[in-house]
Amino acid sequence: MENQTKIKVESLNLSIGNKVILNDINISIPKNKITVILGPSGCGKSTLMKSMNRLTDLYPEMKVSGNIFIDDEDILHTKNDVTEIRKRMGLLSQRPYPLPMSIYKNVAYGLKISGRVNKQLLNKRVEHYLQQASLWNEVKDRLKDPASSLSIGQQQRLCLARGLAVDPDIILADEPTSALDPISSQEIEKKFLELKGNYTIILVTHILRQAARIADYVVFMYLGEVIEQGPAKEFFSNPQTEITKAYLRGSIN
Amino acid sequence: MKKDSNKKTSFKKQRLKYEEYFFRGVMLLSSCLIAFILGLIIYSILVKGVPSLSWEMITQTPKGGFYFGKEGGILNAIIGSIYLAFGATFIAFIIGLPISLYMNVWLSHKEKWVNMLRFILDLLWGIPSIVYGAFGFTIMILLGIKASLLAGIIVTALLILPIMIRAIDEGLKTVPKGLKESSYSLGSTKSELAFKIMLRQCIPGIVTAVLLSFGRAIGDAAAVLFTTGFTDNIPTALNQPTATLPLAIFFQLSSPIPEVKERAYAAAVILTSIILIISVLSRVLTQKYNKHTIKF
Repeated sequence: MENQTKIKVESLNLSIGNKVILNDINISIPKNKITVILGPSGCGKSTLMKSMNRLTDLYPEMKVSGNIFIDDEDILHTKNDVTEIRKRMGLLSQRPYPLPMSIYKNVAYGLKISGRVNKQLLNKRVEHYLQQASLWNEVKDRLKDPASSLSIGQQQRLCLARGLAVDPDIILADEPTSALDPISSQEIEKKFLELKGNYTIILVTHILRQAARIADYVVFMYLGEVIEQGPAKEFFSNPQTEITKAYLRGSIN
Repeated sequence: MKKDSNKKTSFKKQRLKYEEYFFRGVMLLSSCLIAFILGLIIYSILVKGVPSLSWEMITQTPKGGFYFGKEGGILNAIIGSIYLAFGATFIAFIIGLPISLYMNVWLSHKEKWVNMLRFILDLLWGIPSIVYGAFGFTIMILLGIKASLLAGIIVTALLILPIMIRAIDEGLKTVPKGLKESSYSLGSTKSELAFKIMLRQCIPGIVTAVLLSFGRAIGDAAAVLFTTGFTDNIPTALNQPTATLPLAIFFQLSSPIPEVKERAYAAAVILTSIILIISVLSRVLTQKYNKHTIKF
């Protein structure tokens, strides 16, 4: 049971017009671990992540083929509702996009649209998830304030709370610390380490040191292809390919 | 040689500086010009209109000798214009809002279609209002309907519909893709994204769209010229003809009697005040609701 696979991507190809963005991606992502997708800018990391919760649907110019299995369900070819698939994954984007409503409603939104409207239960859940994102103490006295009044770092944690509130089992984080100051970044990283017991976390980053700090499993991508993947320890101590070695040395970026 | 290139760069710097001065001057000048013209318009209306403005003007309908400069007021036109503008804005809003939401949420992955729609709407926006009036008139003749408040409301609604749609659309366009992706990943359906997120985010833009449309509706004379008619009475039903302020101004201005002409300016003061009051009121009211809007 050590390395149960949560997400399995099989021969995934993605192109825009004649330009190939992702070329024959085959990876498996272990359950309840932090998997870091690492690579220089523009190598297709974010796009790979977007295809996992079908946000690629929003870009009609993207042609996707292949399979992505989440718990044995092929989400690219499923008959199930796409909103149900997305609810199973919380998303943290490069910069926080709080919803245009109060702090409380930001967290309650996901619960409300899934039909959980009992006021007392909502209050409890909102508190619970704000605490999980270590934001509760900072905002408990101003839950009615607009989310835009928070700092960027707080906004990102609010987005985490709001994502956790829909009760996902996967967290997708697309360079979640790139807009944050070092201290807020640290808090997010700490949070991920705490959360990985219950969630499968996929983190996209181009910061090598961040990957080294928190990764259990690493997928290294370069120019739309997966160059190497494996447990973090082996990846950093014993890289297999020349490109990986060059990247770890800092010669490509 | 080195000196020469130094001279060159300093000359270039000098040129850039003057360029900066020049364009700043041009912008300042045009801004002042606009402010001046606006001031001049308001000044001339006030100077000519305020002396003949009276309580009688806004509380009475025209009496027997009104068009010869005697007793009576233009309450008929004030009420008529308000009925007409509110009716038309309301209809344009309940038709226009869903259209612009549809363009930005459901059609968002068909960029070509949306841009074509935008182009058509911009064309419609550019059509002179007299054409709308003539079009409405033709249809009314065809159906055998007389000039009435309802006909005026419908034609004016058609006139302001493209303005309403495009103005709301411009607001919705500014919603960043990241916000849409975020709300989709929370499991929102398209309608939840449209009505719970996009609408809230764009309240200021929607208010602007409504104001823009309302201003056009209440100020337009040509669209109502054939379609609403003109009467000295306050309308009590949708099928009655109705007076409007722009037409009241027009008719009084074309009178040879000086007292009547002056009243036209008083009517213009009233029309301008209505637009001003509505604008300020709605701005104040939305202050309360747009505090949640996220600035990106």
